[in-house]
Amino acid sequence: MNLIPTEEEALLQQSARKFLDDKASVKAFRKLRDEASTNGFDRGLWREMSEMGWAGVLVAEDSGGVGLGHRAAGVLAEEMGKTLVASPFLSSAVMAATALGTAASSESAALLPGISAGEIVVALAVDEGHKHDPAKTTLHAKPHGNGFRLNGEKSFVVDGHVADQLIVAARTSAPPTGLTLFLVDPKKKGVEIERTATVDGRNAARVRFDNVEANGDDIVGDIDGGWSILERALNAGRAALSAELTGVAAGAFGITNQYLKDRTQFGRPIGAFQALQHRAAHLYCEIEVTASAVANAGRELDRDPGAAAGAVSLAKARAIETARLAVSEGVQMHGGVGMTDEFDIGLYMKRARVGTEWLGDYAFHAERIAELRGF
Amino acid sequence: MARDDADAPGGRACSLERLGNQDGLSRVWGKRMSGELSAEDFRADIKNWLEANCPPAMRGPMRDEADICWGGRNWVYQSHEQRLWLERMAAKGWTAPTWPGAYGGGGLDRTEEKVLREELDAIAARSPLESFGLWMLGPALLQFGNEAQKQEHLPKIVRGEIRWCQGYSEPNAGSDLANVQTHAEDKGDHYLVNGQKVWTSYADKADWIFCLVRTDREAPKHRGISFILIDMTTPGVSTRPIKLISGKSPFCETFFDDVKVPKANLVGELNRGWDIAKYLLTHEREMIGGGARGLLGVRALGEVLANYASDEDGQIVDPMLRTDAKRAEIDTWAFMLTLERFKDQAKAGRGVGDASAMLKYYGTELNKRRYELMMTAAGTDGLEWEGERSNDGALAREWLRTKANSIEGGTSEVMLGIIAKRILELPGG
Ligand SMILES: Cc1cc2nc3c(=O)[nH]c(=O)nc-3n(C[C@H](O)[C@H](O)[C@H](O)COP(=O)(O)OP(=O)(O)OC[C@H]3O[C@@H](n4cnc5c(N)ncnc54)[C@H](O)[C@@H]3O)c2cc1C
Repeated sequence: MNLIPTEEEALLQQSARKFLDDKASVKAFRKLRDEASTNGFDRGLWREMSEMGWAGVLVAEDSGGVGLGHRAAGVLAEEMGKTLVASPFLSSAVMAATALGTAASSESAALLPGISAGEIVVALAVDEGHKHDPAKTTLHAKPHGNGFRLNGEKSFVVDGHVADQLIVAARTSAPPTGLTLFLVDPKKKGVEIERTATVDGRNAARVRFDNVEANGDDIVGDIDGGWSILERALNAGRAALSAELTGVAAGAFGITNQYLKDRTQFGRPIGAFQALQHRAAHLYCEIEVTASAVANAGRELDRDPGAAAGAVSLAKARAIETARLAVSEGVQMHGGVGMTDEFDIGLYMKRARVGTEWLGDYAFHAERIAELRGF
Repeated sequence: MARDDADAPGGRACSLERLGNQDGLSRVWGKRMSGELSAEDFRADIKNWLEANCPPAMRGPMRDEADICWGGRNWVYQSHEQRLWLERMAAKGWTAPTWPGAYGGGGLDRTEEKVLREELDAIAARSPLESFGLWMLGPALLQFGNEAQKQEHLPKIVRGEIRWCQGYSEPNAGSDLANVQTHAEDKGDHYLVNGQKVWTSYADKADWIFCLVRTDREAPKHRGISFILIDMTTPGVSTRPIKLISGKSPFCETFFDDVKVPKANLVGELNRGWDIAKYLLTHEREMIGGGARGLLGVRALGEVLANYASDEDGQIVDPMLRTDAKRAEIDTWAFMLTLERFKDQAKAGRGVGDASAMLKYYGTELNKRRYELMMTAAGTDGLEWEGERSNDGALAREWLRTKANSIEGGTSEVMLGIIAKRILELPGG
């Protein structure tokens, strides 16, 4: 397997960068945040991104997508991370699209053209409590009449506040894997959505389910067969999020490295001080090493999504640590201005924090690797 | 230069011509050129050949450093199989898979080299030959040597006939390597070399040494250095072993006392040796960072953990050790992918350039971390220094040896400095 970009990927990367620099700079994100948009993203921008095929990057061509695959999704996510672009790319275009595409029923397939066109947003409702741990899902669906009733609560449903549909992981049989995925219209009776503004200027939702009715047509995949579909969707999301985090790290590092050249103290640029040079050089190494793991995760998912869990966890674990280092070193090397809202470095720090928790933190992914390695 | 035409359009045809008289390979290449041979055929060919030619004794992980074959005039083969394996691989050119066939190399491109390595790994084949000639001098000669020098030295490196050592460091030229003082005086038909090198690994076992010498004392220090090749049997060359903290003496002080060196042994231009020195260092650093088993130790972390630190179910018992092992495993895996990525990025045979500083820094710091974990896992067993049970303290000695990884070939601090200046373009101090 070759980890360097193909010609197609290189072109995708260049055109994405050009578009984002034009339309979705950090300044644009800052404006969005300052306007306290309740969407959390710019719908016009998302439509334009969708027109370029980004929302359909993982959707097959016969369902209205462009079907470029996971490595390509990673290329896009990384570019978005560099300038902190807010969009439903991860929730809807990556995770929901993967779940629906994997389930491959006519009901789920019907949503794919809308997702690819950026016309609808579908969010994945998995987490409960304050840590990502799908195996511990307690929200349950009990048979009732001809269908089911869902009861329980989901937290940190990213883009859940604007979603047109939710894919809900519900316990239908024994833990850990006895799950069923339900497609739920958030306007349904018994669904209560609470928007939660998050530290990174984006939004998620807490969603409560009180005797929400669902029937067989709402099931994504098979009854009790939700786990493997969910794993596919989550792994796709984790890989893309790792790519975004690598972009976040690279973006934070880029402005920090520039600052080292611009800021003068003791009569010379602070970047001339060896203590800072060595820390910057170390950070550069960490980012490069992580970029390899991220590229590899995309390649492995494209090759065999059922066998890529280890590669995906590797990418996520590395991306978390690298982004964390990049933003904390970034703030430190900026000195006092690094603490100001006016400077961008803090925005990177906030996004990195969200990316750390979302879809499994370091401990979660390190443990998956340990199990794989027989530790 | 050989690598230059190999990279140029039509380079394939040129390298094919050079491969002409190597029957096995030209058959492969012939088929490849005519589109007959697919990647799978190529893999199958290699697989079959390895199955037939790799002696069973040369499969399975090395137990310790003594299992490494370094070659050279004075080499004493550990076993008949070790000799056989080297000879067979060398006949194929697969001790130097990407070097041109004209100089005894395998003439493989990067993809084919990977296939070869994958198939070698698949049967856990031991490396047939490790050497400073393969890691360092060969790439430098391919880039800077004249035709006669390539013809003379490269095939002997491929076959493991001549063992090389590296005469760079001196007592006052370590990190500040350009400060070398060993002097080569122009005596008309030869150079007269006087001075001292230090930390010369395996100088007492090597047949030849590649050296940085000062040929112009007036010029700025980087502009008065030349790169020359010296036969260690030349009168006036002597070595004195130095003992390491590992108790072994793999390196020496090397003295030059009125040593006459033919002018034909100058590589590249006079006083432009620094360019060669730096180029060679990028290859050395890439090797130390990732591939040089002879320097990094031969042990797999997982194996040591399984032997010492795990319960019946294979779970590592000590939670702290388990956590550290997870981190090391994650970083190692990601680093291995990075090595591959950078090699893929580099043009065939050229090395990775300044990124070698990153690979060296990261790989060696990681290797030191891994050996710390192995020692923790082994506990008091890892403290044994002598006796059969511990294979004469092999683990402890390897652990100590790894401490040199972040010093030899340029220290970690120097690597970070290179990254800061050349890659990040941070201002000078
Ligand atoms: C096992 C082993 C094998 C070796 N084999 C060979 C060989 O075969 N051939 C050969 O030629 N050499 C060999 N070397 C020598 C090796 O390349 C040198 O030891 C190395 O380059 C460091 O030089 P030094 O020992 O003089 O340390 P110094 O340069 O004196 O360094 C001492 C400390 O100061 C730090 N330092 C120095 N300059 C700076 C700076 N500008 N900024 C920040 N920190 C700095 C260093 O990082 C180090 O921590 C070997 C060394 C070892 C340990």
